[in-house]
Amino acid sequence: MTVMKETPIRPSSPAARPPRKRHFSRDVAETKLFRILRWLVIVGLLVVTVFPFYYMITLSVRDIGSLISDPARIWPNLAEISFDAYTSVLASVADGGQGFTGFIITSGLVALGTVALTLLIAIPGAYAVSRLQFFGRRQISALFLAVYLFPSILLAVPLFVFFTRLGLRGAVGVLLVVYVSQTIAVSIFMLRNYFQTIPESLEEAAALDGLGRIGTMLRISLPLAGPAIMSNALFVFMIAWNEFLFALLFLVEDRDKWTVSLGLAQLSGSLEVPTTVLMAGSVILTLPIIILFFGSERLLSEGLTAGSDK
Amino acid sequence: MSTTTTLRRKGSVSRRQARAGIALVSPSVIIVLVLVVLPILWTVMLAFQDVRLIQIRRANLFGNYTLDNFINVLTSEALWSSLGTTLTYSVLGTGGAIVVGLMAALALRNAFRGRTLVRAAMLLPYVSPVVAAAFVWKTMLNPQFGVVNAWGTGALGWDQPVSFLTTRTSDVEILGLTIPVPTALFTVIAFEIWRTFPFVFLFVTARLLAVPKSIEEAARMDGAVPTQMFRHIILPQLLPTIAVLSVLRFIWTFNNFDDVYLLTGGGAGTEVVSVGVFNYLIGRGDIGSASAQALVLAAILTVMVLIYMKFAVKDEEVA
Repeated sequence: MTVMKETPIRPSSPAARPPRKRHFSRDVAETKLFRILRWLVIVGLLVVTVFPFYYMITLSVRDIGSLISDPARIWPNLAEISFDAYTSVLASVADGGQGFTGFIITSGLVALGTVALTLLIAIPGAYAVSRLQFFGRRQISALFLAVYLFPSILLAVPLFVFFTRLGLRGAVGVLLVVYVSQTIAVSIFMLRNYFQTIPESLEEAAALDGLGRIGTMLRISLPLAGPAIMSNALFVFMIAWNEFLFALLFLVEDRDKWTVSLGLAQLSGSLEVPTTVLMAGSVILTLPIIILFFGSERLLSEGLTAGSDK
Repeated sequence: MSTTTTLRRKGSVSRRQARAGIALVSPSVIIVLVLVVLPILWTVMLAFQDVRLIQIRRANLFGNYTLDNFINVLTSEALWSSLGTTLTYSVLGTGGAIVVGLMAALALRNAFRGRTLVRAAMLLPYVSPVVAAAFVWKTMLNPQFGVVNAWGTGALGWDQPVSFLTTRTSDVEILGLTIPVPTALFTVIAFEIWRTFPFVFLFVTARLLAVPKSIEEAARMDGAVPTQMFRHIILPQLLPTIAVLSVLRFIWTFNNFDDVYLLTGGGAGTEVVSVGVFNYLIGRGDIGSASAQALVLAAILTVMVLIYMKFAVKDEEVA
């Protein structure tokens, strides 16, 4: 609001006001222009954002031969639609496929495990940071903010070296713990902001009724924060499911342990697997996120504005 | 007497509160200390040691400390050219994302049928997995069977397909002038803008909701035209948000690894510093130099984080 005082609205000063009639036509012209521009922007952005995903789906049901002979056609002929790419990408390597079923299981376990562990640790942490007075609270808040802004590439070197030395680098469990360390800061941030909006009088009332601190947290604050926790859970799932760098550093040597992201990235570098088969893999990688997202668009976009990935 | 008892009671309550607070927050703090803060400190030590991946088991705290890694890294042409690339990448990527995100938020400000769906669609590039998005882009831009080149050589009449991700520069003629354009770099920047403008869009949309309509109506009564409304009413109110978003996006773009690595692997003039760190570590197995280069990145980052915190104190909404 202070901004408003600093910026007087110029047209209201009589000297700056152009003659009424010319002004009116300028207004009409601009309004018309922006009406057109607005729709151009909307349609343009819609095409740009949706087309790659449309292209992904059409390629996944086409045959590689048809793609190479007619790359300009962006719709599949009804006769050529087949889901062979999906069966091929999902089948295990032993059956001549690409083993994506295994990747899905790994990714799913790691992502769900990350969500569970992160929430378990971050909810009490966020509650403490937002509600309780204790020594070092502000410093801890600042630490979490700094960690949240710190990019993962800087941790890549020491974590890689550390877990290699321990001989634990190939362990899926280690990847999970690293993911938790990456998501905990942003989780605490999102949840802290939410806990702060719960009126303290509610908790005081509960305390008067004889509930202890932990009891208040569990019975009053947690249920109220339900939606925020849900959107945080989705957000953490998204980060863990989409993650690439640490999966690459930790699990690349053993194909049986690949996540979907890692598998797709590794296989797309090889010439033996047809692009259409990998497109099916891309659809499989993207689909869970899109389903989650459209199932809870409001929740997730709230979550996204409260935090962000790196 | 009553005051002393309340004081004492208050004291024990606050002590109990402090104990509960520390107990509840300590698991988070321990994880962050062990897996984030200590590793960063360890990077500092590794940067001053001559450690190779093959002899990693012999590396310890009390190895021979040396400045060689920094001398190597700081005097190598590669670091400075990749810093330049990173800077171009971050400035154009951040700027582009801000401009496109702002345009999207303004265009979608007033309701219309299907706006919810359009809004959701705008977020697709941001929420979808980077590996899948990069793979689709690579396929679309493929010189043999990608749709962009198929249309370019077909409908748009290009002489030959452009290999967007492996061409360092190509000459573009505009008005008789031949301008060398860093093709691959611009392509990864376009990808970055495509993937991150939704982030800006989300925040600006949220901020726009808080802009009171009454001021605009008043300005309109006073005869302000749309461009003036934007320049004098809407933009000033969005500026703090845009400033914070710029710093935040710049920090993350500056350190971005995934996008560039997946699209080009750092080739064709797109080697940003973070890809350089990865290549030192995995490609050459030179842990010391990788750490030194990571520290250079960290130093720049620290400055930017401090700037961000300064902004964030003024404008808490995005933090």
